[in-house]
Amino acid sequence: MDIQSCVEVRNEWDIVSARQLGRNMAKELGFGNVDQARITTAISELARNIYLYAGRGKICIEPIDQLGRKGLRIVALDNGPGIREIRKVMEDGYTTSGGLGAGLPGVKRLMDEFSIESTVDVGTEISATKWLR
Amino acid sequence: MTAKDALTERYQDLLSVYLKAKTETTLYKGQQFSRKLLEQQISPEDLVSLHIQVMDELFPDMSEEMRDSFDFLLEAMIGYGFAYREHQSLRDKQQQLESEIEVAASMQQTLLLSDVPEFDQLDIGVVSVPAKKMNGDYYNFVKSGNSLSVAVADIIGKGIPAALCMSMIKYAMDSLPEEQMKPHLLLENLNRVVEQNVHSNMFITMFHGVYEPESHKFYYAGAGHEPGFFYHAKEDEFHDLIAKGLVLGVSRTTTYHPYEKMIEVGDMVILLSDGVTECRTSKGFIEREEVVALIRKYMDLPSQKIVENVFQELDRLQGFELRDDFTLIILKRLV
Repeated sequence: MDIQSCVEVRNEWDIVSARQLGRNMAKELGFGNVDQARITTAISELARNIYLYAGRGKICIEPIDQLGRKGLRIVALDNGPGIREIRKVMEDGYTTSGGLGAGLPGVKRLMDEFSIESTVDVGTEISATKWLR
Repeated sequence: MTAKDALTERYQDLLSVYLKAKTETTLYKGQQFSRKLLEQQISPEDLVSLHIQVMDELFPDMSEEMRDSFDFLLEAMIGYGFAYREHQSLRDKQQQLESEIEVAASMQQTLLLSDVPEFDQLDIGVVSVPAKKMNGDYYNFVKSGNSLSVAVADIIGKGIPAALCMSMIKYAMDSLPEEQMKPHLLLENLNRVVEQNVHSNMFITMFHGVYEPESHKFYYAGAGHEPGFFYHAKEDEFHDLIAKGLVLGVSRTTTYHPYEKMIEVGDMVILLSDGVTECRTSKGFIEREEVVALIRKYMDLPSQKIVENVFQELDRLQGFELRDDFTLIILKRLV
């Protein structure tokens, strides 16, 4: 399973599918139960952001292997309105979306690596990686 | 053994002891263990996972439903883990901010510190104590030629913005040419600076005075500042030292009225910030007369001792909790 798998996110049920996809892959890669829960929570948050702010987009999950270092990468893509002030949304306490109230800073803390690119009126791409310890 | 293995082992020991004999002692140890977990920044979902791991070892034949219920609990704990980590990150940020404020406060102290000059004809006493970390009161002495000028200012507003504003006032005053040392003109100048540079919700009150030893005259002007006192030794009486004028920063065209007073031997000019008269005791605000009574009580001491004693008494009256920055200055003519 080294090809990317994606789930389209258009409604709340798709969030569950994205979680399921992420959990299966995390399990297969050998992540422990806590990390599985963290990865799926990160996926939930990212998928929820797509559903709430962009309307539609997709979540892709891929296993990665860099020089024998194994991990899992989540990529969240949408063609939504984009984020005008990235610095703001990365501040604790900024998010108001409900959910876990964790927002993007929470996702960043759950994962090991995190990057975000966003262009207003074009869309947003967030990628987050968890390494297998 | 890694720190995590050590924790797992300790938890397993404690839990198995507790399951055998349910004693309060073990529960107490459990509580202490949770402190250790916090020290090592173990988040809630990690603890649940630890519990699952230990239970797996202690009860290999655990029912599947029980086992699955733990996984569900773990998932449900993730939110608390989120909140815990956010709390940690905010706490770090707060500590960082506090240490930055600490640095700023000590910088302000160094910047605004005004030496009390040696002046043969006058005995000068000063006390200026901030209520919080940063002082919103400002006082300044400048010796120029034979004369001595003194300024007391108070920012309406507290904390960091007030302190920043104060620094600006200091530099504005330093950069004014010396021939404009006439108090009412100096205030007019400063008023323009403040009006242009300071946000309209911040006001500054100021008293400025110049003592000329040749004529023994004290020239002064005020911009909405708490009136000081004048002690007339010949009559042995205290009067309010009133200098009317609009606070700085309201209107660009404000002008200030010049005042002057003859100072005789033994007379005192007493300047203060509203932190002195707005001392609040259990009986309410203290009256200006009470401040006068305190000054009178210590009047025979050197000026520095007077202001220190008055401050100590008022501080004690308020239960050592200053509510506002406190500045008290006394100038007494000696010869």
